[in-house]
Amino acid sequence: MDKMPHWADIVLIPIISLILAAFFSALVILAIGESPVAAFTLMVEGALMRSAGWGYTLYYATNFMFTGLAVSVAFHARMFNIGGEGQAMIGGLGVALVCLYIPWPHWSLAILGASAGAAIFGAAWALIPAYLQAKRGSHIVITTIMFNFIAAALLNYVLVNLLRPVGAMDPASAKFPSGTHLPTFRDMFSTADNILFRGSPANVTFFLAIAACVLVWFLIWRTRLGYELRAFGHSESGAKYAGISPVRITVIAMLISGALAGMMAVNTTMGESERLILNATEGAGFIGIAVALMGRSHPFGVFLAAILFGFLYQGGAELALWTSIPRELIVVIQALVILFTGALDNMVRMPLEKMFLALRRRKA
Amino acid sequence: MSLMHKFMGAAAAMALTAGAAMAEPALIFDLGGKFDKSFNEAAFGGATRWAEETGGSFREIELQSEAQREQALRRFAEAGANPIIMTGFAFGNVLTEVAPDYPDTKFAIIDMVVDAPNVRSVVFNEHEGSYLVGMMAAMASETDTVGFIGGMDIPLIRKFACGYVQGVKSVDADATVIQNMTGTTPAAWNDPVKGSELTKAQIAQGADVVYAAAGGTGVGVLQTAADEGILSVGVDSNQNHLHSGKVLTSMMKRVDNAVYDAMTAGMDLEMGFNIMGVANGGIDYAMDEHNADLVSDEMKAAVDAAKLKIASGELEVHDYMTDNTCPVE
Repeated sequence: MDKMPHWADIVLIPIISLILAAFFSALVILAIGESPVAAFTLMVEGALMRSAGWGYTLYYATNFMFTGLAVSVAFHARMFNIGGEGQAMIGGLGVALVCLYIPWPHWSLAILGASAGAAIFGAAWALIPAYLQAKRGSHIVITTIMFNFIAAALLNYVLVNLLRPVGAMDPASAKFPSGTHLPTFRDMFSTADNILFRGSPANVTFFLAIAACVLVWFLIWRTRLGYELRAFGHSESGAKYAGISPVRITVIAMLISGALAGMMAVNTTMGESERLILNATEGAGFIGIAVALMGRSHPFGVFLAAILFGFLYQGGAELALWTSIPRELIVVIQALVILFTGALDNMVRMPLEKMFLALRRRKA
Repeated sequence: MSLMHKFMGAAAAMALTAGAAMAEPALIFDLGGKFDKSFNEAAFGGATRWAEETGGSFREIELQSEAQREQALRRFAEAGANPIIMTGFAFGNVLTEVAPDYPDTKFAIIDMVVDAPNVRSVVFNEHEGSYLVGMMAAMASETDTVGFIGGMDIPLIRKFACGYVQGVKSVDADATVIQNMTGTTPAAWNDPVKGSELTKAQIAQGADVVYAAAGGTGVGVLQTAADEGILSVGVDSNQNHLHSGKVLTSMMKRVDNAVYDAMTAGMDLEMGFNIMGVANGGIDYAMDEHNADLVSDEMKAAVDAAKLKIASGELEVHDYMTDNTCPVE
């Protein structure tokens, strides 16, 4: 029997965690002599009260949705994919190669090609740790995190030595041709006399991310493969007894996870910078872990958590612009949210569970 | 409901005050951060000097991510900040796209050329200053071997190196110049440990003067040179004071002056192409009490003579970036 009702698990715990995080963030802001209320107002105003603010919030959220889903899928098979960052970097390389070397006539075709490129590259990057885990028992956490560094070094080499245009200063590829430019929210939703989402990077990839959420939900709860994946996650020996191959499930779960992480690059590389830059992922691979934890590895939870973190990112940028709160402290605030929603989950869960048990006993 | 009203009201009030308070300049630092002891810090110094002298105030932001480049530019422009100054070539691409959307806002970009009617592009003739300190390094060297340590391997830093080598060779055609770059990514601007290792390697090869053109990495170069008892040459800001009596001179690239001038001009900022070189004081070598004993009158006279010749156009130092080659190695 469950210790507490389902709704408390998915609604109450994240909200209490968030309130705690907000409380400690407020203390931090107070400690440096700024007003927490003004700071919070500024964050909400900058991230949610203007269409351009939403444009940034949803842009970041798109990244977090992909990486959050990537962590979730692996987590259903009880694997901790810390390598979303590296898989996304290599996914970016896939996007860049597809965009630079294939003359696309229209963006709608290009986004399909780029998604395939990103997914294949990202999955390939996850394949090696997956194989090592499945066949050799090398722990997936260690291998994926090490592969992040290898990915960064590889990308660095490719950008500096192979893709950088002659004479350019940035370690970045050439600009992608115009046939691959994705429509932004501004192009999609603005009318002639009402310009919305001005200058913000949110683009059509957002809908791709929503589609990915739906597909992952379908995969996990409505297909045989998803069933095998969850069965394997709950009990490896049980799954084996039922005739599920651990090697096969481990590799497949990691391939899907890597592909999802890689597809994040469609948003950053193709949608925003329109060229491959060195630091396109900007930590989204790691934020994905917090997003998946907070979203309880459920696609809808991931969707909501991704938007929350998008808000934190965009709100943090607003703080940096209009207050004298230094950027390091904004990172501290973001870290507090990750700490409370992800790492300190049990701190909130245990007292709550006790409370619900006590309530139930009294009723009985 | 009333809470929501209050909240909206507060937000609106905030937006209004933000708009009204701004007709002030804004300064955007590159990813290296404000306190890098070099390039960005020089810009900050210029802005601070302006603020202290005029009593004005300016907006500033240190970027956290690439996506914020465009965001910072647009948000400052929309809030009415004018002029908006940014440091670093990495803004080039973004500014090219943003500048046409805000024709009434004046932008100034340092270290990069952006061709738009409302952009002032400030570039420096770093090769001229590097030539001068190269001469001085060659004259101070007893082993006839001098070193160059660059930050990130980009054409801009090769321009420093090329000017330096030309200066060295003009004094002693047989002198050896050892050149190293710290890395190929922006991390190379802030890696003092590697700067220190490279310095030791160059000392092992006989170098007794090293020139660091490497941002924050140069701190490690200067430290190691001082520890090992050889001379070093600082860059961007006047770094002579970091190790008094151990730093031969500094190649001063007056980013602070460029920022100061732009803020002083304010709305009257002239647009277009602005070259800061030896001729207009944008580039110079540093002399103060910290290196007075290291530089003999003879050295100073020779370098000053070259400086005059460069200023008058009689002596032309080759600029690496014009053809991506250097005539001397």
